[in-house]
Amino acid sequence: MAGATLYEKIWARHVVTETPGEPTLLYVDLHLVHEVTSPQAFDGLRLNARPVRRPERTLATADHNVPTDPPSVPVADPTSRRQLDALEENCREFGITLFPRGHENQGIVHVIGPELGVTQPGMTIVCGDSHTSTHGALAALAFGIGTSEVEHVLATQTLPQQRSRTMAVTVNGTAPPGVSAKDIVLAIVARLGTGGGAGYVIEYRGQAISDLSLEGRMTVCNMSIEAGARAGLVAVDEKTIDYLRGRSALTLDGLFEERAARWRELVSDDDAQFDAEIVLDAAQLRPLVTWGTNPAQVVALDGVVPSPEDYDDADERATTRRSLEYMDLVPGTAMRDVRVDVVFIGSCTNSRIEDLRAAAEVAGRGTVSASVRALVVPGSHRVKAQAELEGLDVVFRNAGFEWREPGCSMCLGMNPDQLAAGQRCASTSNRNFEGRQGRGGRTHLVSPAVAAATALLGRFATPDEVGA
Amino acid sequence: MKEVHVIEGRAVPLERSDVDTDQIIPSEWLKRVERTGFGRGLFAEWRDDPSFVLNDARYVGAVILVAGARFGTGSSREHAVWALMDYGFAAVVASSFGDIFQNNSAKQGLVTVQLTATEVSELTQIIRDDPARLVVVDVERRCVEVPAAGWRREFTLDAMTQERLLRGWDDIAITLRRSDDITRFESTSDQPTVADLFGDVGRARYA
Ligand code: SF4
Repeated sequence: MAGATLYEKIWARHVVTETPGEPTLLYVDLHLVHEVTSPQAFDGLRLNARPVRRPERTLATADHNVPTDPPSVPVADPTSRRQLDALEENCREFGITLFPRGHENQGIVHVIGPELGVTQPGMTIVCGDSHTSTHGALAALAFGIGTSEVEHVLATQTLPQQRSRTMAVTVNGTAPPGVSAKDIVLAIVARLGTGGGAGYVIEYRGQAISDLSLEGRMTVCNMSIEAGARAGLVAVDEKTIDYLRGRSALTLDGLFEERAARWRELVSDDDAQFDAEIVLDAAQLRPLVTWGTNPAQVVALDGVVPSPEDYDDADERATTRRSLEYMDLVPGTAMRDVRVDVVFIGSCTNSRIEDLRAAAEVAGRGTVSASVRALVVPGSHRVKAQAELEGLDVVFRNAGFEWREPGCSMCLGMNPDQLAAGQRCASTSNRNFEGRQGRGGRTHLVSPAVAAATALLGRFATPDEVGA
Repeated sequence: MKEVHVIEGRAVPLERSDVDTDQIIPSEWLKRVERTGFGRGLFAEWRDDPSFVLNDARYVGAVILVAGARFGTGSSREHAVWALMDYGFAAVVASSFGDIFQNNSAKQGLVTVQLTATEVSELTQIIRDDPARLVVVDVERRCVEVPAAGWRREFTLDAMTQERLLRGWDDIAITLRRSDDITRFESTSDQPTVADLFGDVGRARYA
């Protein structure tokens, strides 16, 4: 019999009941909650007089629409305020630990889980947010759910689930200098297309993935959903163990080595069978940028805007034409000649300390172009504090970047950080959909280093263009 | 959740593929704390355009939406389903759907009908030719038909989803019947809890 994949191992350890012809009832170890997708779920519980089954397996934070002004500035937007207040009231009523705006542990839900050591290998983790896939970097099976599923998990601590198919995405070789985790995952999304991962849980592996830090692996797992996959995973290795060592009360107790020994089993067996596999060569990768309105529409930064005529498929040609029109781009234009109005460094894809270090390293070489507004939004208070300890805030500020409070911010424009219609943005986030960062706004996804170089030159640029 | 047996009425052709959930209900609408009223935000960015098909008087009152490939990809927001249902849609026909969107739909009684791209084009043509034509989505017989055009196609629907639709079953009630199994599982699980990490930090805030 063939061995088991990592996904299959975690799955098997969380089966509560299995009935032929029905979805498996899967136990949820950790349920992350934020203010946007939870209020109606709590509403539903109240309506049916149901309690939260395991409040101690639930953790809440405010991230999606918190303003990135200092916490002393009141929340101006009444609807945001209502959601934030509702979260506080619901957590109080149902006994759930909450890190609200301004709390030292507050931040983007997918940033704080790993950084606080709450996310642990082998766990099942869900959250009413599709980028829950981020936590898979620590070999946790983590995926996004809808609000009625949030209610279901609150009430039962389980989810009826169909088993996914498994896909191995193997990135062999070594990435050239200047190619970051973001470029690797953009290349994967471009290769798979926005639907290519549908129905699958992806396991990322190969030399280039092993070479990544845990934070880089989070960036990769984060965008699994952009390829249509439910979740992304990276097997446990010594880097995983080192990342967890000393990270929380739980890894400081005497049981750490015992736990680590069990975590080391969280790898796919050598003879495990995947339902699909794709292989990429990291040596071929270059810094990338999206040109269109879906994350698979990617070109090399030194490439040109594609033309509808490049595609044989009529549907693809129409989509391309529509994307180009929305993005106001002319086929054949060098990406390096495209000017931007806004640069956003943040989001659960790229707002961890290593991302800020990479961006600051470039930002320190110049000043933000006069025509550009550039924002840096750390993923959490802890990231912000660490960056300030290292003086990164000073580097950014001196270069003309805004240094803001943690939250999702301009990743989705639910707080006041939004693009105006027609504005073009180089963003380190994960979605370039129409209107995602503000109505009529135009989003190009890039890595933190490219975002910083672009801010300095006012047009898409790689760090080597701004000196060393 | 209400029982769903047969959906009958007008169908409106969206004729766009890759309609993600940001398009279905823009993020500014996610700030509500209620479950109702999202219909006004459906396709908000397109509704201002008088030539947008939902503004076409001939399709007013449609209960079935006919879309293109990959409908409902992107963000997991369930509000997309609330918006479609609040607007009045009871079924969406497309050649493929976003995973989470389809899941969310099943749980709330919005029927997602997956046909081949060719079949979707046929149906689109039929309702473009005559917007008043009655379209029927039959959950019991798992088929969609336009009787006046003599057009009928079957679609797949797993037995579980079908039964829920037909019985109007709520998920949580079904699972809570397994409480003993869940308790048994919990007694064997050694994954740490949030309380192990933070004690009563969060709860203490409210004391
Ligand atoms: S940063 Fe963006 S993608 Fe991540 S959780 Fe927030 S809104 Fe979602």
